[in-house]
Amino acid sequence: MKDQMPQAVLAPPWKLQVEGVAKRFVTRTRALAALAPVSFQVREGEILCLVGPSGCGKSTTLNIIAGLERPDSGVVRTDGHLVGEPGPDRMVLFQEPALFPWLTVLGNVLFGLKLKPCLSRVERLAAARFYLKLVGLEGFERASVHELSGGMKQRVALARALAPEPELLLMDEPFTALDALTREQLYGDLQAIFAHHRKTVVFVTHNVREAVCLGDRVLLFSPRPGSIREEFLVSLPRPREINNVQLTELAARITRALKLHMGPDAKEVPA
Amino acid sequence: MKSWMTTSLCVSAVLAVWQGLIAIGLLSHTLVPSPLEVGQYLVGAVRDGTLWDAFSVTLRRLAVGYLAGAMIGVPLGFLNARFTLCHDSLGLLALGLQALPSICWSPLALLWFGQTEWAMFFIVVMGTVWSVALATEGAVRNLPPIYLRAARTMGSKKLHLWIHVIAPAALPFILGGMKQGWAFAWRSLMAAEIYITILSGFGLGHLLHYGRELHAMDQVFGVMLIIVTVGLAADKILFGPAERSLHRQWGTDR
Repeated sequence: MKDQMPQAVLAPPWKLQVEGVAKRFVTRTRALAALAPVSFQVREGEILCLVGPSGCGKSTTLNIIAGLERPDSGVVRTDGHLVGEPGPDRMVLFQEPALFPWLTVLGNVLFGLKLKPCLSRVERLAAARFYLKLVGLEGFERASVHELSGGMKQRVALARALAPEPELLLMDEPFTALDALTREQLYGDLQAIFAHHRKTVVFVTHNVREAVCLGDRVLLFSPRPGSIREEFLVSLPRPREINNVQLTELAARITRALKLHMGPDAKEVPA
Repeated sequence: MKSWMTTSLCVSAVLAVWQGLIAIGLLSHTLVPSPLEVGQYLVGAVRDGTLWDAFSVTLRRLAVGYLAGAMIGVPLGFLNARFTLCHDSLGLLALGLQALPSICWSPLALLWFGQTEWAMFFIVVMGTVWSVALATEGAVRNLPPIYLRAARTMGSKKLHLWIHVIAPAALPFILGGMKQGWAFAWRSLMAAEIYITILSGFGLGHLLHYGRELHAMDQVFGVMLIIVTVGLAADKILFGPAERSLHRQWGTDR
């Protein structure tokens, strides 16, 4: 879908650069290499999916980009600037909605907005309402978090992450905990939102079809220590339907590649 | 309405059995007064003002001591949760002193402050502060880390994180600690009032103590009834509504 010129010639303005990032976890009994040095880049407005078996370090990579974890070596740059502490320029959508139960739906969306000092009260309220409407939750401003279904909670979390207009949206298996029907609906809604409000996204999942449905590019991670094994461009037209034949074919191809990289003892690859 | 009826039925049944046992002579009248006599004592004590005086003295001590204890205990708990240095020093002190029954402070309180209100204040504060501090620290330490992670990615840190995320997230558990602290304060005060005579004011504990000395069993039973009622009222009026509103907001009510 993107042009195929060599990167050195094109020299695109990378939104995100991950350069030689590695991470080890030291437990009491042993040191575990979670992430072999990993490097990749993301263009402005691109949706990059990281796919791999559980424990392959893809979530660790995302946490490092978010600034929630520090790499043992390597650096992360956004717009050429080194990434340190977590910050509202890189919002994260977690597997759990992680909404604050002591706040209303509106209060949750306002939380991140209040940390942007440049906004006035009126602007914050307008932004929060706008993004709640965008995710289809208009009229739920005053609701308590516990009154919402799982899908609605994740929508609020999405509105909360989008509202401060981050440079980068990091999504860590945000739909894993939802039922299939809700998930499929969210694939559609998410694509509709991104069609009008293009975001640079890093999306972590172990669901290959999900990755093909949402991503412009899919990076395949190997099992621990995680490293990038293969890259797939997804040039299917949008909006994509999760049960589309071509999408399914590509997903099957990636799944085969994934199984290959995982070795003979790998049996738990989701199709 | 239904639970209210159950309660009054149960109370009436207890009173009836009690009166009945006395009527047939199964209970020694020297040791157990009849409910009617207890009622008569209470009416008389209300009329001549002794009950109200004791009640207000006790409640003032409780309120002042408990509030002071909670106001020291909650910040202390936050400090212990935030700074390892505080946890290793003050936290250990809190753990140790919490195990000390607060009446054990009374000899010290008497020697330090004499038979004054300060002695009472000191005992109630010592009874409250440690348990509140420990509960607060526990509440903060056991917060789901996902709240902190989410807040940090939105740019919340340091004081903002403590005020807008950690404190509200811990609130339901801090409230539990405050409730426990209240129970400790109330027990400390009653023990202290029975044990220490203070000339500046006779509380409910003193009234109970003199009931024993005068062998006025109606007074002993009557004052105990008041003490039980205060405990119930605190739960129903003070903590109950606060807990209910938190449960409603968090969706943890049944």
